[in-house]
Amino acid sequence: MAHLQAAAVEKINAICDRYVNETTPLMMILSDIQKEYGYIPLEVQELVSARTGVSVADIYGVVTFYSFFSLTPKGKYVIGVCLGTACYVKGAQQIVDKFSEVIGIKPGETSADGLFTLDALRCIGACGIAPAVTINGKVYPKLTVDAVPKIVEEYKAMEANA
Amino acid sequence: MAKVTIKIEGIPFEVEAGLTILEAAKACGFEIPSLCAFNHGECSKGSCRVCLVEATGARGLVAACVYPVAEGMEITISSPKATAARRTSVELLLSNHNKNCQQCEKNGKCELLHVAKLTGARDDMYLGEQTPTTLDKLTPSIVRDTSKCILCGRCVERCKNAHGLGILGFEQRGFNTIVAPAEDRSFASSPCILCGQCVSVCPTGALMEVSEIDKVDEAMKAGKYVVVQTAPAVRAALGEEFGMPIGTLVTGKMVAALKRLGFKKVFDTNFAADLTIMEEATELLNRIQNGGKLPMITSCSPGWVNYAEYNYGDLLPHLSSCKSPHEMFGAILKSYYCGKNGIDPKDMFVVSIMPCTAKKSEKERPELSVNGLPDVDAVLTTRELGKLIKRSGINFVKLPDAEFDNDIVGDYTGAGVIFGTTGGVMEAALRTAAYKLSGKELTKVELEEVRGFDGIKEAAYDLGGKTVKVAVAHGMKNAKVLLDQIRAGKSEYQFIEIMGCPGGCIAGGGQPYVQPCFLPNEDANILDTYKAKRASALYQEDESRALRVSHKNPQIIELYNAYLGEPNSHKAHELLHTTYTAREKYKN
Repeated sequence: MAHLQAAAVEKINAICDRYVNETTPLMMILSDIQKEYGYIPLEVQELVSARTGVSVADIYGVVTFYSFFSLTPKGKYVIGVCLGTACYVKGAQQIVDKFSEVIGIKPGETSADGLFTLDALRCIGACGIAPAVTINGKVYPKLTVDAVPKIVEEYKAMEANA
Repeated sequence: MAKVTIKIEGIPFEVEAGLTILEAAKACGFEIPSLCAFNHGECSKGSCRVCLVEATGARGLVAACVYPVAEGMEITISSPKATAARRTSVELLLSNHNKNCQQCEKNGKCELLHVAKLTGARDDMYLGEQTPTTLDKLTPSIVRDTSKCILCGRCVERCKNAHGLGILGFEQRGFNTIVAPAEDRSFASSPCILCGQCVSVCPTGALMEVSEIDKVDEAMKAGKYVVVQTAPAVRAALGEEFGMPIGTLVTGKMVAALKRLGFKKVFDTNFAADLTIMEEATELLNRIQNGGKLPMITSCSPGWVNYAEYNYGDLLPHLSSCKSPHEMFGAILKSYYCGKNGIDPKDMFVVSIMPCTAKKSEKERPELSVNGLPDVDAVLTTRELGKLIKRSGINFVKLPDAEFDNDIVGDYTGAGVIFGTTGGVMEAALRTAAYKLSGKELTKVELEEVRGFDGIKEAAYDLGGKTVKVAVAHGMKNAKVLLDQIRAGKSEYQFIEIMGCPGGCIAGGGQPYVQPCFLPNEDANILDTYKAKRASALYQEDESRALRVSHKNPQIIELYNAYLGEPNSHKAHELLHTTYTAREKYKN
């Protein structure tokens, strides 16, 4: 736990304390930490363990079970490509492949500049607009392979101008 | 208790309401092939699907270990549908299992192989991809081989129940699921205390002790002066490896077997337990009289010492500085004994037979050596000794009894014997402390208050006009309660005994497996009674000894007169005492 800054320790303990009255607080705590920091490394899991009494192995088990949680930092823009049945038959695999090719990372990875994370998702419940992609919550309906490079460029440009 | 009427295989029975089908069937004299219920529900319940049966009122087949009985329920175990389903469950478990059974150290004690036989599982029914595996051989104590793991979760539950630790857990998801310490780390870089409780419940060869039989073979082959010592708890359980009833005391046969195996000398660690008491009782009195750190806590159990170093670094000054008994014995053998007998300590090879996996790592600690020579060279578990005897053509059950060597060391009192069970070290120490404080022997040496298997036992004794409050805990879950009291400055005790394993060494991680499926002649509730049975074997030996207090052991008295001076002397500190270091939990 040596690597954590004092402010982070305080923040994480505060998050844990939000749920002291819950019988099973772990999911809520981890969810808040994931939202706050974008990932939940082992040092943080140790801290949560010490605060809640849940074993590190159990916390690690939950973090690795749910794809929502991440052990490594996510990129600034998280691209989620739905690979549910409807999207898949509408060509979502080609969309993922195109994002991979354009950004140069595999699904599950984050680009070296920390800008993009590419996630292949299970059904996100937007079958009517298949194939669907979300980027930081913004939905791109009925996306075509040809539109992918332009979208990536837009985000890069946005970053350059920021 | 309310009763319900059910039918099993068409026969009506009246059973307690609330039982699972598996429990009810057992009570009625049926054995449904299963894995988890053999071990007190210490598993991720219902996941292995081995115990499938038909039950009216249920949709499809049900797992007997979790499905409760209900009024009027008709249960069918032997129908073609149920037998085929159980066989399929086992075949599926086997499809993701490393089936090198002949080379597997668990062969003969494997519960998976047992249910495979029971259910008639066929070879290679489901071929295909296998889960990526991890082989962790980094600690000197425990091997974790996930290629053998069937994800039953017994080890996960045991680690939690015994210690409140939860080093092991399920991680990843679906087909990639494995049981491992966080990040699939080695036990070596996680705060595992290496007690081996997980090993003692693993139904397969996924968790095993690191075998050191080869090391002993090599030392013998190299012509070393190989001596052996045995911990007290070993004699209370070794017979089980040869089909003897649990609780059979086999001291004489064990010594005879070790002599036949070619050890130059066969010593009893109990001698060193008496020595430990001399050092520890003196240390306690010094702390009481000179305002030292109290409560003082025993340090015989390496699992407990590991736990303290990982979790209570701030309380390490409370630990007695005494080495554990077998380490003390090693140090005395390689100094005093070698000197007296003209043996070069470099030629001596000390083997310890221990009920413990943590002792294997303990012996590697650099501080447990004198002049660059480790006090102990190899540690074998009780189970490994069983293997060693079996491969050597010895008929253990028919061996005539033999006596331990005790030329100048090795004699022991009843106080040393009871070290092997929870409360024993406390009782032995108090027998001597009482004498030292009051100058009088206890009128009754049996201290019933610290015996038995309550998680935490406490007592107060009047020793020479001074009241000494003591507590005994076994298993880290119980120890934690006492340690948190100390940390909060609220501990009332002067002396605390802590043992790593629940029950103490008699139920250590290196002891023979207690698997009801392989023990048809033991009582149905053997998992509830085996600890008490083994402990009573030790109390029986204590009672049979003429001397029952450590300070009357004539060889110990002579050792101090001729060599060490007095307890806690400079020489004693050099040979018999050690230090502890706080350690980081998840070290990279």
